[in-house]
Amino acid sequence: MALKHKSLTFKLAVIALAMFGFGFALVPLYDVFCDLTGLNGKTAVTAASADAALIDTSREVVIEFIARPNKEMPWVFKPEVRRMTVHPGEIHIMNYLAENPTGRMIVGQAVPSVSPGQAALYFHKIECFCFTQQQLAGGKNMLMPLQFYVDPALPSQFSTITLSYTLYDVTSAWTGDAAASSQLGE
Amino acid sequence: MSAVVTDHEHEHHDHKPAGIKRWLYTTNHKDIGTMYLVFALIMFFIGGAMAMVIRAELFQPGMQFVEPNFFNQMTTVHGLIMVFGAVMPAFTGLANWMIPMMIGAPDMALPRMNNWSFWILPFAFLILLMSLFMPGGGPSFGWTFYAPLSTTYSGDSTALFVFSVHIMGISSIMGAINVIVTIFNLRAPGMTWMKMPLFVWTWLITAFLLIMVMPVLAGVVTMVLTDKYFGTSFFDAAGGGDPVLFQHIFWFFGHPEVYIMILPAFGIVSSIVPTFARKPLFGYASMVYATSSIALLSFLVWAHHMFTTGMPVAGALFFMYCTMLIAVPTGVKVFNWVATMWRGAMTFEVPMMFALAFIVLFTIGGFSGLMLAITPADFQYHDTYFVVAHFHYVLVTGAVFSIIAAAYYWLPKWTGHMYDEKLGQWHFWCSLISVNMLFFPMHFVGLAGMPRRIPDYALQFADFNAFISIGGFLFGASQLIFVWVLVKCARGGKKATAQVWEGAEGLEWEVPSPAPYHTFETPPVIK
Ligand code: HEM
Ligand SMILES: [Cu+2]
Repeated sequence: MALKHKSLTFKLAVIALAMFGFGFALVPLYDVFCDLTGLNGKTAVTAASADAALIDTSREVVIEFIARPNKEMPWVFKPEVRRMTVHPGEIHIMNYLAENPTGRMIVGQAVPSVSPGQAALYFHKIECFCFTQQQLAGGKNMLMPLQFYVDPALPSQFSTITLSYTLYDVTSAWTGDAAASSQLGE
Repeated sequence: MSAVVTDHEHEHHDHKPAGIKRWLYTTNHKDIGTMYLVFALIMFFIGGAMAMVIRAELFQPGMQFVEPNFFNQMTTVHGLIMVFGAVMPAFTGLANWMIPMMIGAPDMALPRMNNWSFWILPFAFLILLMSLFMPGGGPSFGWTFYAPLSTTYSGDSTALFVFSVHIMGISSIMGAINVIVTIFNLRAPGMTWMKMPLFVWTWLITAFLLIMVMPVLAGVVTMVLTDKYFGTSFFDAAGGGDPVLFQHIFWFFGHPEVYIMILPAFGIVSSIVPTFARKPLFGYASMVYATSSIALLSFLVWAHHMFTTGMPVAGALFFMYCTMLIAVPTGVKVFNWVATMWRGAMTFEVPMMFALAFIVLFTIGGFSGLMLAITPADFQYHDTYFVVAHFHYVLVTGAVFSIIAAAYYWLPKWTGHMYDEKLGQWHFWCSLISVNMLFFPMHFVGLAGMPRRIPDYALQFADFNAFISIGGFLFGASQLIFVWVLVKCARGGKKATAQVWEGAEGLEWEVPSPAPYHTFETPPVIK
């Protein structure tokens, strides 16, 4: 094969390989993009600081809570109340009920999603059971707290925010709290 | 076709092994082109048989012939085979046959790799087809294999699916590299960039699209593989992944892919129309720029397949406007074809008939695409038969019609015989009428809300579906005429002259018909 064929073939093969890598690079890029923009309902998985800004009593926002165990997750999992009306800036606590009806210990991980997606950036969690994995012995139940506030900067077209949790059974992947928190930090 | 080529072993360096070995070991671009084309035709009929199963099931409401799971396997494998097994290999076959002859090169630049890129292909499809016979059946998640359908909910055959897509991808990438190297390095002296025939130009751009996006497809199937079997969670929310990410990566490949299936068609039509209008192509340079801009824009529109995933308004607007922008260079092309025919001395042989049908019907597909591009409208149309109508207009009456037109156009060059014009006209008219019976009513059932990929439907769609199915069976049957024409032409017929068509211009028409096994071993002189 002539030399000029070889060098061009090589260059093209490098492009193809780079594009294979690019496909994988899209994975972190996508996460970064969604985190920065709050698209796709991605809310922070780390705590927001509690120094909330002024409370805007002139405005009310309805927060709806949805909780759903994943198909393979046997826990009973539901919010204490279905909806709550808040003023932006106010800090609230909301409890979620979890019950493990099986006879064995199960570890759960809740994954949050906020809709409309654009409101996700303005929904701040100060403390949340979704920041860590939760373990629950068989036959036991517990209350899992969420502490949050809505940013007063929330654009005015949003009057309702829906927070939805899906709870997954992660017992098989559970290796203790240290591993759990590092996994969540990503 | 082998018989025909061996008849012309007149030069001493034409030695080639006889029988199967010739085809296994060949590095000749014409042999490889022929193999690609025959392979594509076989795949067209296998995929077509699956379409017949789909239309038989949908002939009446309720479950008629097949299990829902099998129905889903049929829609999935039909799509995969038609895209990767019929349309793409057919274009690669045409590239192999025609590009070296059109640019005055003796062969493709990388003949051994050429042999490999063809011969791994049958194995890819063998694996895919065999997976249908596994317990649990073959892939049933749609040709778009959205996660979690292809990860959490897929059957055991998924590994085979992934493996076969990998092989198809490697084959296309090697084919594309070959095309680029050939065009860059082997053009005859004097064949400057802006003298290249448009078929060569469109294929060059297609080849770049291929090496840009086929690796991304390979990446996304690999992620599906590791999500399913090796515990990663690219697309699994439980592990921190996201199923919507799958759609982004897939369509980043997927939209350029649909242009991979149409740009060479533009090249074919741009060759045929001037020949039968006996006028040079109107706006050659604008055709080159239009093709390039379509290719560039195709990277910026992928999310028009995902409007209903819940995108922010800004994103939806961006993708909506970019998508509509593509219609501009596409419109330029249609305008140029029409202007080429304007006041031309036109005749209507079969290649021209298919090319004309292409221009009209592809444009209809472009219009339905524009309707789908309107975000709020797409909320209604998405995942209905309207989308099915759209992409079959651009792919069947677009890509497939252009391939058939190309076959009729160059058959005399390949075989040395004229095809049977009368049979060809029968093939054309039967195809034209049946294809519109098949796909046009799909617009209406789609607008009325009939969802795609479902083996049953609401009663009010019954009459339309019966009519559509009849169109489908007729279209399938019409393609048998095509096989008849091909066989007849390979076996004999009126001798073709070197130029074949009165208005034909270009290097491929300067070599005798059938084209000798080796052409342009010394480069031609280009005026
Ligand atoms: C004016 C040009 C075009 C526009 C504006 C356009 C627009 C669109 C849009 C918006 C969709 C998504 C519909 C939905 O899923 O709701 C779509 C689907 C599709 N288009 Fe086009 N399109 C154009 C040309 C083409 C061409 C040239 C091809 C191929 C040759 C093509 C092939 C497809 C395919 C295969 C799908 C469906 C994919 C699937 O979901 O299975 N389109 N088009
Ligand atoms: Cu698209």
